[in-house]
Amino acid sequence: MSGYDDWLRLDKLPHIWCPGCGDGIVLKAILRAVGRMGWTPGQVCMVSGIGCSSRTPGYVDVNTLHTTHGRALTFATGVKMARPDLQVIVVTGDGDATAIGGNHFIHAARRNIDLTVILYNNWIYGMTGGQASPATPAGRRASTAPFGMIEPSFDIAALAAAAGATFVARETVAKPFVLDKLIERALRKKGFSLVEAMTPCPTAFGRRNHQADAVEMVEYLRIHSTSKERAATLPEEERREAITTGVFVDIDRPEFCGEYAKLVERLREPVTA
Amino acid sequence: MMTGNEACADGALAAGLTFFAGYPITPSSEIAEVLAERLPRRGGVFLQMEDEIAAMGAIIGASLAGRKTMTATSGPGFSLKQENIGFACMAEIPCVVVNVQRGGPSTGLPTMPAQGDVMQARWGTHGDHPAIVLAPNSVAETYDLTVRAFNLSEACRTPVILLLDEIIAHVTEKVALPPRIDVVTRAGPDAPPDRFLPYRHTPDGVPPMAAYGVDGYRFHVTGLAHDETGFPTNDPREIDALNRRLAAKIDRRAAEITDVVRESLDDAEVVVFAYGCVSRAARQAVREARAEGIAAGLLRPRTLWPFPEAAVRAAGARAKAVVVPEMNLGQMAHEVEWALRGACPVVPFARVDGLAIRPSQILAEIRAAA
Ligand SMILES: Cc1ncc(C[n+]2csc(CCOP(=O)(O)OP(=O)(O)O)c2C)c(N)n1
Ligand code: SF4
Repeated sequence: MSGYDDWLRLDKLPHIWCPGCGDGIVLKAILRAVGRMGWTPGQVCMVSGIGCSSRTPGYVDVNTLHTTHGRALTFATGVKMARPDLQVIVVTGDGDATAIGGNHFIHAARRNIDLTVILYNNWIYGMTGGQASPATPAGRRASTAPFGMIEPSFDIAALAAAAGATFVARETVAKPFVLDKLIERALRKKGFSLVEAMTPCPTAFGRRNHQADAVEMVEYLRIHSTSKERAATLPEEERREAITTGVFVDIDRPEFCGEYAKLVERLREPVTA
Repeated sequence: MMTGNEACADGALAAGLTFFAGYPITPSSEIAEVLAERLPRRGGVFLQMEDEIAAMGAIIGASLAGRKTMTATSGPGFSLKQENIGFACMAEIPCVVVNVQRGGPSTGLPTMPAQGDVMQARWGTHGDHPAIVLAPNSVAETYDLTVRAFNLSEACRTPVILLLDEIIAHVTEKVALPPRIDVVTRAGPDAPPDRFLPYRHTPDGVPPMAAYGVDGYRFHVTGLAHDETGFPTNDPREIDALNRRLAAKIDRRAAEITDVVRESLDDAEVVVFAYGCVSRAARQAVREARAEGIAAGLLRPRTLWPFPEAAVRAAGARAKAVVVPEMNLGQMAHEVEWALRGACPVVPFARVDGLAIRPSQILAEIRAAA
């Protein structure tokens, strides 16, 4: 099982995403990475919340679970703790993961449970038609921020890192083959890993921000992204504007399923007092 | 000797619980505390999640992976769980949700008894959906009904709510544990993986269930309206068939699920309808009324939903009145009135001051109605 077609539910195509949406590029990157893992479809479980990005599992031929808005990580935690041998991948959007699901996001990272989260960050609520998200950059417009976003936005990768994730990376869909390598590293990591995939939403974001052309939006991501190493050499102002990419965290910390198994093992030992 | 909360934890383990997720809230916390101690010793999973929403999500995920699961909470936490309870109804995930009621609305009365969640248990989540809600009135019965909650949830592939109240949860009583209990486990897949339909319209309305990752089965689960394969559908016929099957799978078993205890009802002129802790005071009141020569009787539902409509109608057919004492402003009294359809008057008796209803208060209502 290595060609990504093998992992697709071809009978569910065509997909629901708009022309020019970046979600399909992320899906393809995920499938390329999964295809290299040597897993069987039955070993994999893909869980999502609600949103355009969260429709991804419908197209993937593994055990799939499309849950409630923001709660994917809670369901995934249940699946993983019940069956630690399953490879559990969580697909979520910027709104899903960091607004309604923000609490679950930081706690899953803190717990360091072995889940791989692929977060599609399109800076907007796509499915509901373009409302502001906690990731909408300052000044950008949304249907609920018609005069431009005045709230500061989350740096999602930094949020995951601060909460304790053991692998954190960011890449844009302008570099899909770099993206799939990062996803593969995240899948191989035992612990909570996050890959933030920057992806264009021409329909709900672009249209409101003079970027309705999909190609232009991908170009924008390519031009405005820069490796974290290079960003460090930039002047402060330029650095703040840039979408930094690369691996921000790759550390080892006790993983939750393993810690729980150790607890059970310890309790099984005959108690001698 | 044990408390209702301890009996609930014990009953759950006896019924096959291997996965609990929860978030602390009075007066339910002891259920989590007992299981935190006992589940890991048996190789089961105990999780304290970041909130009640997370706990509900976790037990649904674990149930899909093949476990028997439970969560326990109280009023405010029960409200938080509602969206995911709806998911469990729609996606047909067996699980047990314990709600040890406390006074409301809002944070209300954390340490005082109430029965204000009767309607939340039935209609808390959105949309039409089936509900099975059990309400014990003693510690021993809490054990039995916890086991039954698991069995019904596995048999019907649906969440089941165990509705306790603070008095039953915290009172200490003697319990003789049954030497043997019947344990039901969900029906496994009835077709090989390539032909398995996770939401098949079976004659009895309950589709057999596979577990994620077991024996090569893999399938899609969503809270969206779906067809027999589990994938979303916009076909009005399929949506209609799904909604009707979900309701019918419980409705057609209603007689079998419904569980009422009848006392002195044969010749009763005044019927008391009472559940949970209040039914104990009602029992005492009925006995005292009989001693005074009033033909009083007690109808005590142990399943609140499906509502024991036929039993209420039968008991009310010859009665002068049905007295409904409850620790809310008449949530069940309305249901009783609806079931009677004017056969006899309904006398609600409400107490919402955080104190238990006393036998003397119910007796006074019986006398007035006699
Ligand atoms: C409890 C709840 N609140 C609100 C919604 C409506 N809703 C559906 S998707 C969505 C936003 C999704 O945005 P995002 O997570 O960024 O994903 P995208 O669609 O952009 O991929 C919202 C608010 C919902 N389904 N459930
Ligand atoms: S609304 Fe945006 S995110 Fe959703 S499918 Fe369309 S382009 Fe993609």
